[in-house]
Amino acid sequence: MTEPILTTRSLRKSFGALAATDDVSLDLRPGEIHALIGPNGAGKSTLIKQIAGEIAPDSGTIHFAGQDITTKHAAARARLGMARTYQISSVAPDFTVLQNVVLSLVARHHGAFGLFRNVLKDRRLTDAAREHIARAGLSGRERQRATDLSHGERRRLEIAMALAQSPKLFLLDEPMAGLGTEGASELTGLLDGLRQQAPILLVEHDMDAVFALADRISVLVYGRVIATGTVAEIRANAEVRTAYLGEDA
Amino acid sequence: MIPERWLNLGVLTLLAAVPLVASLAGQPFTVTLATKIAIFALAATGLNIALGLGGLVSFGHAAFFGVGGYACGILASHARNYEPLSTWPWDIEGTTQMLTIWPIAVLLGGLAALVIGALSLRTSGIFFIMITLAFAQMLYYFAISWPTYGGEDGLPFYLRGDFPGLNTMDPIQFFGICFALLLAALFTFHRLHRARFGLSLEAARQNPERLRSLGIRPFHVRLLAFVISGMITALAGALYADLNRFVSPAMLSWHLSGELIVLIVLGGVGRLCGPVVGAAAYFLLEHWAGAASEYWQFWFGLLLLGVVLFARGGIVGALAKDHTHD
Ligand SMILES: Nc1ncnc2c1ncn2[C@@H]1O[C@H](COP(=O)(O)OP(=O)(O)O)[C@@H](O)[C@H]1O
Ligand SMILES: [Mg+2]
Repeated sequence: MTEPILTTRSLRKSFGALAATDDVSLDLRPGEIHALIGPNGAGKSTLIKQIAGEIAPDSGTIHFAGQDITTKHAAARARLGMARTYQISSVAPDFTVLQNVVLSLVARHHGAFGLFRNVLKDRRLTDAAREHIARAGLSGRERQRATDLSHGERRRLEIAMALAQSPKLFLLDEPMAGLGTEGASELTGLLDGLRQQAPILLVEHDMDAVFALADRISVLVYGRVIATGTVAEIRANAEVRTAYLGEDA
Repeated sequence: MIPERWLNLGVLTLLAAVPLVASLAGQPFTVTLATKIAIFALAATGLNIALGLGGLVSFGHAAFFGVGGYACGILASHARNYEPLSTWPWDIEGTTQMLTIWPIAVLLGGLAALVIGALSLRTSGIFFIMITLAFAQMLYYFAISWPTYGGEDGLPFYLRGDFPGLNTMDPIQFFGICFALLLAALFTFHRLHRARFGLSLEAARQNPERLRSLGIRPFHVRLLAFVISGMITALAGALYADLNRFVSPAMLSWHLSGELIVLIVLGGVGRLCGPVVGAAAYFLLEHWAGAASEYWQFWFGLLLLGVVLFARGGIVGALAKDHTHD
């Protein structure tokens, strides 16, 4: 078997008395979509934040691309090839769609310290950016300011920015939220192909999407992983049905 | 609404043409006023990088203005007295050569900005404002209590620095020097703005968490912006010292920091010629309204309030379309 790209070991994170992450060990293998499901407040976003380096775990380790990154800061993790999208869209609001995606390319491949050349006149950058924008389904909106985009378009912009990072790992926190059925099925198609490029840790409430996409599913309840398995295994798991799937129906 | 490019061209042409005509007409006072506008526009262009692009509300840019001014004043006064600045471990002589004074002023300004920035950029919002203010005040009180270079009374040095081939005591020639440096700074601002650095700096202003998760640490980008910003403002300080042939702690005072912010807000935050338009409006108003009424600052305050409330892009924003995103 191939080495996992991402491994967390016994991660714990408490907010006061609340154990938001409680002994979480999971891994992500090349080529797979690993879905993370669980009720609201289960600690999914908190786990993503620890993997991305935005908050530090109280204990436990995170390994990514063959090294221990537990103490690395978020920017270093991104440069190692981690791309993430946010549950609540997070982009540069005054920038256009094109600027946002170019920013993402610049951050990944060049760094901030180019002082002279006009970045939006660099055809290699803008051509690549336009491709990612097209792939995320935002063609024609390149010159729109991010703040003027609809909610669904802003989600697509985040996907385009993540694509532009050409990462080794995608961390997607509820990418379908607010896309509508049509948008969700489009994005499902996109993510399906994306796993070849880099594995995806997918937090998602849209069960149709999760069951269609996931190679494996982990179920998080009160900060703990109560089950990990294939779609069939999770569907058949009685504990999961009462704890989560039943609740959701 | 007119394209911003035309507005910029018009403003800069006016700023060059008026003193030329005034000089031919034998009105040196107008030339001096234009020189003051150019120098303050230069200082504010420096601040515009930190404040306009980076959203860093530095209330301490007088520190860099003053460092540049004192660098010029101290070097010039030593050169005129034939007393070396130091004899050990190196012999350092004073100089009146602008081409030597400027790099020294810029370097010292950059160094001061590096130290102040490295410490104060760890904070944000109101804390950043207060910390930058505190650093500038420290330098201010230091200058006041340092008798070697005039202390509270300041340091006169009688003659401007020398520039090869020019008579710097001729107002219009000195204006030409200041105007050329202003153009160079505006060009620098423009290039930085459009480059990877400007993109990252503006992203750091809008959404630092996002920039970080894309792989760029906002702190590094801001620090470089702050250093470049301090360098340009220090250069303006050196010119201002030369204009007056005098430096005093007033160049380091918080009034001056506030004035630079006001110029930018008035002209247009983050707009290329915002500092130029702001400085022109401010000093012309001071000149005319100040002659007409003792309370001109009150009227100016009202104008500023109007701009802040009804014209967020300042005067430039009210007159010109924003082309940043083209
Ligand atoms: N910064 C924080 N401080 C205190 N409590 C928090 C913080 N972030 C999240 N929580 C709490 O941790 C729990 C998990 O939150 P979250 O990870 O956002 O859940 P999910 O993404 O699964 O809906 C929730 O009870 C939430 O209120
Ligand atoms: Mg969440």
